[in-house]
Amino acid sequence: MADKERVLVMGNQACVLGAIYAGLRFFAGYPITPSTEVAEGCARELPKIGGRFIQMEDEIGSIAAVIGASVSGLKAMTATSGPGYSLMIENLGYAYMTETPLVVINVQRGGPSTGLPTKVSQSDTMQAKWGPHGDYTAITVAPSTIGETVTEVIRAFNLAERFRTPVTVLLDEVLGHSRQIITLPEPGEIEIFDRVKPTCSPEEFEAFAMTPNMVSPMPAYGEGYRYVCTGLTHDTKGFTTNKSEEIAPKMYKLRHKIIDYQDEIHKMRAEKMDDAEVAFISYGSVARAALQATDIVRKAGYKVGALQLQTIWPFPDEKLREMCGKCRAVVVAELNMGQIVHEVRRALPPDIEVHELQRYDGEILTPMQLVNKLEEVL
Amino acid sequence: MAVSLKGKVAIPEDRFEMRLSGSGGQGMILASVIFAEAIGKTDKRNVVQTQSYGPEARGGASKSDVVISENEIYYPKAIKLDLLLTMTQESLDKYYADLKEGGTLIVDTSLVTEFPTDKYFGLPFTELAKKEAGHVMVANVIALAAIAELTGSVTREALTDAVLSRAPKGTEEKNKKAIEIGFAEAAKLKAKKG
Repeated sequence: MADKERVLVMGNQACVLGAIYAGLRFFAGYPITPSTEVAEGCARELPKIGGRFIQMEDEIGSIAAVIGASVSGLKAMTATSGPGYSLMIENLGYAYMTETPLVVINVQRGGPSTGLPTKVSQSDTMQAKWGPHGDYTAITVAPSTIGETVTEVIRAFNLAERFRTPVTVLLDEVLGHSRQIITLPEPGEIEIFDRVKPTCSPEEFEAFAMTPNMVSPMPAYGEGYRYVCTGLTHDTKGFTTNKSEEIAPKMYKLRHKIIDYQDEIHKMRAEKMDDAEVAFISYGSVARAALQATDIVRKAGYKVGALQLQTIWPFPDEKLREMCGKCRAVVVAELNMGQIVHEVRRALPPDIEVHELQRYDGEILTPMQLVNKLEEVL
Repeated sequence: MAVSLKGKVAIPEDRFEMRLSGSGGQGMILASVIFAEAIGKTDKRNVVQTQSYGPEARGGASKSDVVISENEIYYPKAIKLDLLLTMTQESLDKYYADLKEGGTLIVDTSLVTEFPTDKYFGLPFTELAKKEAGHVMVANVIALAAIAELTGSVTREALTDAVLSRAPKGTEEKNKKAIEIGFAEAAKLKAKKG
């Protein structure tokens, strides 16, 4: 077989490549550093494959358009950074409630507010879980390399379609703005999941029907299946309800269609964990500093490993316990003032020490900062 | 428990790390993208390029790192530089400490006047761009060609390919000229230093 073509790809462009591979046909967005190249790439590429790109008046309109496109049957995405993600939150809640599959790329920069447009951060980790009000279960994935950005964005679309829910992909400025020579997956190499469509007659159709896996088949608007799509709590037909016996099943469905199948969602990269006494736990760009630090201290003879969370939400409690089973201590490294570390503390048994290392000055943690932290831990 | 890792851990040796630094608008980020692309056209090594800049379109410090390795590149930014290009005094002052002992320092002598060491390759990239190549804009390309000549990490053909694939229409000749100047001036410098 001929060698695959090696191409230099930027993190933000990798989002576009992955999304189109997964079947993206609609992008609406509003440019914001450090995510703008995602919109630029979609504007350039989507028209070539019969897709549509719209620059909306703001991020509120952007996600509204994405929801509309998805309900109309297209795989749809938007991309933004913290300030834009904040504006999208209300409509993101509407997408959770209406069980609308879509993908939001958040290339994180420093915050709060307009913060640091060109500087790196991982401070939207909790916002990705608890952005909108109300009870729902968020799915969030976080790649750390350019190649992984392509495959994680594909995975995000597959998860969105499989579970009929929004999926957030958390990138960060370093990843979004870095480039790497990669080879791209061939068509057919990665399986693509498309939403399940109804097979019943339009008369029998219930848009939010309870099914064995709790995900309801979803028609496209215009295909003859009529239903009400509302943010108000609704019954299986989509009609607004105030009846306890209808409210509880809807809420149960929103959570359990995801949480009962979380094994399908969890993904973690483990390096040198087999005999590790101490493990770094990280995600996004920081995972690369952790892998480097692991490599450095292993060469000096210390039993250190690295765990990279590729799925952040739902948090992989059980899998993390299993992976850290032989560890005496973990070091949770992130670019914020402590977000995922609390999940790690909650998930791990009390006999495993949890140390934390944070950076929030707009720069990425360096491998030597991680190595130096080990002086307190080893 | 507490241990001291000083002297026990070493920075990784399987990476070649370079930084192109200057002021916003001098084309340091574009130059690093071109260089990374040229590496890809030269052989099968892994390459990662990262950048750091301020919110302004021009001015402010701007730097871009390129890491090259036979192995998987974990950390995407430079840890300790094998090569540093500085196009301004500010970037030299700021980043010189990140250069490995024995690393290669390349300086634009049109804009830098104070040197922390006498071990450097100095060429007036900005002056050469203005006077010899016909436009100040190609100073970054002259510098790239000089780096290619001094390090041998990319072929002239690959660099030319990479530059021309990124050059705006109508600037091809100036860029080709810039590459020629960069290679020639660096070769002269190398010969002089032995």
